[in-house]
Amino acid sequence: MYLVEEATQLADKVFQMWIHAPQVARHARAGQFLILRIDETGERIPITISAVKGDSVRVIFMTIGKTTEHLSTLKKGDALRDVVGPLGKPSEIRKYGTVVVIGGGVGVASTPIIAREAKEAGNHVIGIIGARNKDLLLLEDEMKEICDELFITTDDGSKGIHGFASTVLEQLLKERELGCVWIIGPAIMMKVTSGVTKPYGVKTFVSLNPIMVDGTGMCGSCRVTVGGETKFACVDGPEFDAHQVDFGGLMQRQRMYVDEEKEALEHFHHPHGGCGCCGGEH
Amino acid sequence: MTDVSEHVTDFNEVNKGLSEENAVLEALRCMNCVRPSCVKGCPVCIDIPAFVEKVANRDFAGAVGVVKENNMLPAICGRVCPQETQCEGSCILARKEKPVSIGALERFVADWEREHGVKTPEVAAPTGKKVAVVGSGPAGLTAAAELARMGHSVTVFESLHAAGGVLMYGIPNFRLPKEIVQAEIEQVKALGVEIKLNHLVGRSVSTEELLAYDAVFLGTGAGLPYFMGIEGENLCGVYSANEFLTRVNLMHANCFPGFDTPVKRGAKVVVAGGGNVAMDAARVARRLGAEVTLVYRRREEDLPARAVEVTNAQAEGVNFVCCANPVQVLGEKTVSGVECVRMEMCELDASGRPKPSCIEGSNFVLEADVFIEAIGQGPNPLLVSMLPALTRERRGNVIVDEDGQTTIARVYAAGDVATGAATVIWAMGSAKKAAAAIDRMLRAE
Ligand SMILES: Cc1cc2nc3c(=O)[nH]c(=O)nc-3n(C[C@H](O)[C@H](O)[C@H](O)COP(=O)(O)OP(=O)(O)OC[C@H]3O[C@@H](n4cnc5c(N)ncnc54)[C@H](O)[C@@H]3O)c2cc1C
Ligand SMILES: Cc1cc2nc3c(=O)[nH]c(=O)nc-3n(C[C@H](O)[C@H](O)[C@H](O)COP(=O)(O)OP(=O)(O)OC[C@H]3O[C@@H](n4cnc5c(N)ncnc54)[C@H](O)[C@@H]3O)c2cc1C
Ligand code: FES
Repeated sequence: MYLVEEATQLADKVFQMWIHAPQVARHARAGQFLILRIDETGERIPITISAVKGDSVRVIFMTIGKTTEHLSTLKKGDALRDVVGPLGKPSEIRKYGTVVVIGGGVGVASTPIIAREAKEAGNHVIGIIGARNKDLLLLEDEMKEICDELFITTDDGSKGIHGFASTVLEQLLKERELGCVWIIGPAIMMKVTSGVTKPYGVKTFVSLNPIMVDGTGMCGSCRVTVGGETKFACVDGPEFDAHQVDFGGLMQRQRMYVDEEKEALEHFHHPHGGCGCCGGEH
Repeated sequence: MTDVSEHVTDFNEVNKGLSEENAVLEALRCMNCVRPSCVKGCPVCIDIPAFVEKVANRDFAGAVGVVKENNMLPAICGRVCPQETQCEGSCILARKEKPVSIGALERFVADWEREHGVKTPEVAAPTGKKVAVVGSGPAGLTAAAELARMGHSVTVFESLHAAGGVLMYGIPNFRLPKEIVQAEIEQVKALGVEIKLNHLVGRSVSTEELLAYDAVFLGTGAGLPYFMGIEGENLCGVYSANEFLTRVNLMHANCFPGFDTPVKRGAKVVVAGGGNVAMDAARVARRLGAEVTLVYRRREEDLPARAVEVTNAQAEGVNFVCCANPVQVLGEKTVSGVECVRMEMCELDASGRPKPSCIEGSNFVLEADVFIEAIGQGPNPLLVSMLPALTRERRGNVIVDEDGQTTIARVYAAGDVATGAATVIWAMGSAKKAAAAIDRMLRAE
């Protein structure tokens, strides 16, 4: 069992949780994730490790379905059945010169740990964090503290720059010499934003989020096409060279279970007894 | 024999096992040969005539004691071992009539013990040596049990949330009930073995931390699924057998939404492959309610799966299309069909089987909404690739000597990671040898 040490709401539908998981905390690096299972009947879901403190790790998640909704009801003192990690390869951090770390929506959760490691490696770190509006903006103070420069964008202009991260990035690419760019957010945002760096030939990483089961490379659920080859995002990624990624394929596979996901959420809100196939145990 | 077809809607065990009376009658058939060939056929050398004689004498506790001297997981092996090519295949009676049903007897005594109270074997005095075992499949569990009995302090690291390896995530409940696997694992724990779940070695435990143990045993298996590399393979509805079976066996997707993990049940499922894994995937898909067609590239007589599994699959209504091979998965976003080509058999290859080759222009389409590839697995490269001094052969198997010693001092390997995908009992047999070698090494210090 893994103790929930702190659980707070950060914004509409966005929650933050500190979990006691020493074996994860001890080895976690930027870019890695964990897989958790709330209870015996739960699904294994991947979540990025967004900060580490002592024996604990922080995750930030958005409620979009059964498991994340259930997770958002947990309080300090509750426990998760399983947590495994850190999973995936750490971000390729070295001294690039000037780097840009971009987070969109709940993808901002992944940015502080990358920005911090990039800073420690001697880079000049520019952060760009975006949200639909000012109330949904995450981790502004934390990013401000780590980054040498921080840009804020909102889709509705309620804070910072009115527009998308890609607009700011375009400007930076024109004015400065950039060594490397990280983009983390919804698949469509990563696709569009990484399109901006392509003509400049700037190394760009995106963190892919396909559906996973084990997270250790033994099922292939997480397979994505990168540079024409099949890769398992859980062990070969989750970060890949953005300019090689088949985003269309990723987005298609992410939607594989939309009908089942609706049913699971419905069942969570209105449970109708046992499943009928294991003697009513569950 | 039980009538298998009646079970096709549930995941309960198909084979119900022997009654006490029938077990005794079966045991009485044993000739008690002076030079028993059955023992030679057993990869872990169980003293078969001795345990069978005890069954005949109704000394079931004594019988299970004999089995457990050489095999800590008898309820599992009694169910899943290919006895027809091992002990039973070597039985003298096999030549005239039916061999003694050694597997069923092994299972009977193990089940009898579980119902009548399990006796934990004795453990030697502590040696103070620490051994790390990576992976809790049959290889890891066997090495752990052996080393614990020898007095070493053993920690098993398992990346999944349940111990057992393929026994839990791969082999379906109707062949191997999961509570039996867990009961045998409890017996390993009772020897003092600590099992740390949710620990992926190489990530949650660093290689430095691993190599700090007095000895290391790698039992990481062959969990990496191969894909055919054909067009349309990433459409929604295409699974590796590993994923399909893991969703159902480990995550209980058959009980969705009572359990949260979903699986595409499909109305028409096509399975590619001809081994035990393909049979399991096909039989699971049948139980989830689909019409199932299995496509195999050689002839029916070449099917590598156990004969009993093929018979069960057929009895449960799985259609077999032999001498055919998928060449493309059809569909827009989700699978709509599998295009196959007919195969003809040419000259014999190194394995003595005819080599299949495509017949030009013989393409045909099987309608399908789910496609499952069960064409083999290789060693999971994650950990072994982080140990650069570990020599591996072309397919990724870790190279070991006959004691399981790898090219790194103090690091041993056995089971599927060393042999490539094989069987439960070979994993156990090789793990036992490696455990004995580790013990010799630790005591020599
Ligand atoms: C490497 C990685 C890192 C991630 N990091 C974060 C994070 O830091 N914060 C966050 O909010 N979300 C993160 N996600 C996404 C998160 O895993 C999904 O939101 C979550 O699984 C949804 O589960 P659900 O039951 O609430 O929703 P569901 O209704 O089951 O699914 C909603 C959508 O989430 C995706 N999803 C569903 N099941 C899985 C699964 N087992 N694995 C992956 N995706 C799935 C699907 O695309 C689906 O359409 C990450 C995903 C990956 C692969
Ligand atoms: C569907 C299916 C059906 C089968 N049916 C039969 C049958 O009927 N009879 C038979 O004899 N054989 C059968 N086999 C083959 C048999 O199951 C295997 O040969 C056997 O399980 C191999 O044992 P193992 O201990 O080497 O590996 P596995 O059983 O694969 O166990 C390896 C374990 O190591 C864990 N692991 C891997 N890497 C790490 C790491 N880095 N850190 C921590 N843990 C790790 C894995 O999660 C896994 O639990 C079948 C196989 C499959 C897939
Ligand atoms: S999640 Fe199973 S291989 Fe990546």
